[in-house]
Amino acid sequence: MSQDFRSVASEIVSKHGESRSSLILVLQEIQSKFNHIPFESMLEVSERMGVPLSDIYGVATFYHQFRLKPQGRHLISVCMGTACHVKGSQAIHGLLRERLGVGLDEETSPDGRFTLQKVRCMGACGLAPVLKIDGDIYGKVKPEDLDAILQKYS
Amino acid sequence: MIEVVKLDKGIVSDSEEINVRIGMGTCGLAAGADKVFEGLKECVKKMGVKAKLLPVGCSGTCYLEPQVELSRPGYPSAVYGNVNAASLPSILESYISGSVEGAVAIRERIGVMKGEQNLPLFDELDFNKHQVRRVTINCGKIDPESIDDYIAAGGFAGLRKVLNMKPEEVIDVVKASGLRGRGGAGFPTYLKWLICRQAVSDRKFVVCNADEGDPGAFMNRMEAESDPFRVVEGLITAGYAIGAHEGFFFVRAEKPLMASRLRKAVEEAKKRGFLGDNILGSGFSFDVQVILSAGAFVCGEETAMIAAIEGRRAMPRQRPPFPATKGLWDYPTNINNVETLAQVPVIFQLGPEKFAEVGSDRSKGTKVFCIAGKVRRTGAAEVPIGTPIRKLVFDVGGGVFEGRRFKAVQTGGPPGGCLPEKFLDLPLDYESLQAAGSIMGSGGLIVLDDEVCVVDIAKYFLTFTSAESCGKCAPCRVGTKAMLSILTRISEGKGEMGDLDKLRKLAEAMRDTSLCALGQGAPNPVITTLRYFEDEYVAHVRDKVCPAGVCPIERKVK
Ligand SMILES: Cc1cc2nc3c(=O)[nH]c(=O)nc-3n(C[C@H](O)[C@H](O)[C@H](O)COP(=O)(O)O)c2cc1C
Ligand code: FES
Repeated sequence: MSQDFRSVASEIVSKHGESRSSLILVLQEIQSKFNHIPFESMLEVSERMGVPLSDIYGVATFYHQFRLKPQGRHLISVCMGTACHVKGSQAIHGLLRERLGVGLDEETSPDGRFTLQKVRCMGACGLAPVLKIDGDIYGKVKPEDLDAILQKYS
Repeated sequence: MIEVVKLDKGIVSDSEEINVRIGMGTCGLAAGADKVFEGLKECVKKMGVKAKLLPVGCSGTCYLEPQVELSRPGYPSAVYGNVNAASLPSILESYISGSVEGAVAIRERIGVMKGEQNLPLFDELDFNKHQVRRVTINCGKIDPESIDDYIAAGGFAGLRKVLNMKPEEVIDVVKASGLRGRGGAGFPTYLKWLICRQAVSDRKFVVCNADEGDPGAFMNRMEAESDPFRVVEGLITAGYAIGAHEGFFFVRAEKPLMASRLRKAVEEAKKRGFLGDNILGSGFSFDVQVILSAGAFVCGEETAMIAAIEGRRAMPRQRPPFPATKGLWDYPTNINNVETLAQVPVIFQLGPEKFAEVGSDRSKGTKVFCIAGKVRRTGAAEVPIGTPIRKLVFDVGGGVFEGRRFKAVQTGGPPGGCLPEKFLDLPLDYESLQAAGSIMGSGGLIVLDDEVCVVDIAKYFLTFTSAESCGKCAPCRVGTKAMLSILTRISEGKGEMGDLDKLRKLAEAMRDTSLCALGQGAPNPVITTLRYFEDEYVAHVRDKVCPAGVCPIERKVK
């Protein structure tokens, strides 16, 4: 696997070029391949691009999108934007944490089924509170809807 | 017979008797439009109806989503709101049988269908009748992925004029229109273009700021999802005026549909010769790339965005030098908001005089405002700049829900403020909002009622800004944390009266010494709530009571 992490990263660098300005694009593609950015991939990118590993780590930890730990099978994003906040997103997030058995920060459920993350606005504020699972977006979510929604994802 | 053709997930029947438009923007999808779409496909098949299903963007009426519009030549189009798969058969049946009953509105009155006289026109709905639609005119009407639809609606006519003018003349026209940046600061667009044009360099860039990060603001998402070619046309115009041959769209990660629509629009425009070498035979060449942000609120700040595009951590730097003279890879770079660019084709279509006919003294034209929160009708409405807050919150949005009391409206996002009832007649323009202690920002209006606690709101925003502070300058990095800890204390009933002064002092220091507008603006939600709702803070601190019943104070029964 770690060989994979390196070789795939290397292919992605070749595809987008070794210039520094491709770094974020390269990391995005690595993440979409592995659901997170493995350490070995960062090493490979560092060597190929000639950018210090610390620098790459700095970028990977700066942006919300990047994840250094593997993600669960499904990614739940709960909107914590203003409209969703005043429409009760805290309660939705709290309930989801309880259901999935995860802590306050972004975490993956022990069965590896879901990773729960907070996002700040998905632009569907008119239908607050909003949550998204993988590519599916749900508006006007009520606490009592959650079980039925979660059931769709195994 | 039903055959499957291009359209996203679309099907078209052998004849195009009924057109079915369905709002498939992010709002629509959140309301379940994809299920309605699947339902429609099945429904027309079962009923043997000849129908053409058209996924369109959003018309701004979020509160009506999922929204479906039926039309057939010679008959009025009917708009149906809050549609679900179960209600589809009866809607279709009734429309086919010649009745518009059950619709919320019709687009035009022809007098040939049953129930027409009882329905308002779509543009006469309370949500719509105060609007002046310019950048949103195509939204929800045209297929956002069809360049022909855009051209048929008058698209690229502005660009054709532009390419026959000298770049300096283009800038003069923009100057005459009075257009100011819709990204928040209201900087005159022509001046930015002029400075960048005059900067001497063999390479220049234009960037469209599509990083829309203010929570509660979704106009850029709506504009770019529903009418992406308009934004592309604006960007090409900016490139031509400045003398840039390379452009970027920098799109927020959380708004993926916007990115894919823009990508598609760029591809199509290239195929038709609106982008690429020698555009429309003018000799001008221009290429565009779409970049997906990796996500950070501060990326919306222009110098941070430059760092992000260059592949670095998105940390703002001191200005000057401004990007117009020293931007991407140190080349002159013009950065404009999505809506600013979407307004540009309007200027060249209408002419600058007509463009400037609406708006306020110092700010011309229209602005799209988003209405969300504790309000009856949510959505995005395009009105002349300078429209009073009351009109948007009450006339367009319908005010707060039955039995609730209006408390405040939050404008401008995290660096904005909360304005109480006494400001309801304040005109929504850059200067008036600033004078009241808030800002225009991107134009988000979040309505707060008596169930919302202002201390909680202040705490919410400081949670946001402390998490989003890039950490480069101490006033913002440390100041937001310090404010948040005081607000948390107050919300838990552990505050002291001296805390209120501490908040004010911190706010002043942050405003005066932070590097960028994130840190400078971060105290605004606290300042405005302290100024306009001091009694609520005092209730938390002195009486240990949260009047709205939101904060985690042990609740004292009064
Ligand atoms: C923290 C911060 C976030 C910002 N976010 C955005 C944004 O999401 N979209 C935007 O257009 N401008 C944003 N701006 C303003 C930009 O820096 C810039 O002024 C704007 O894109 C200029 O475009 P305009 O002249 O067309 O308004 C932000 C500024 C700051 C300080
Ligand atoms: S605030 Fe939740 S989608 Fe915008």
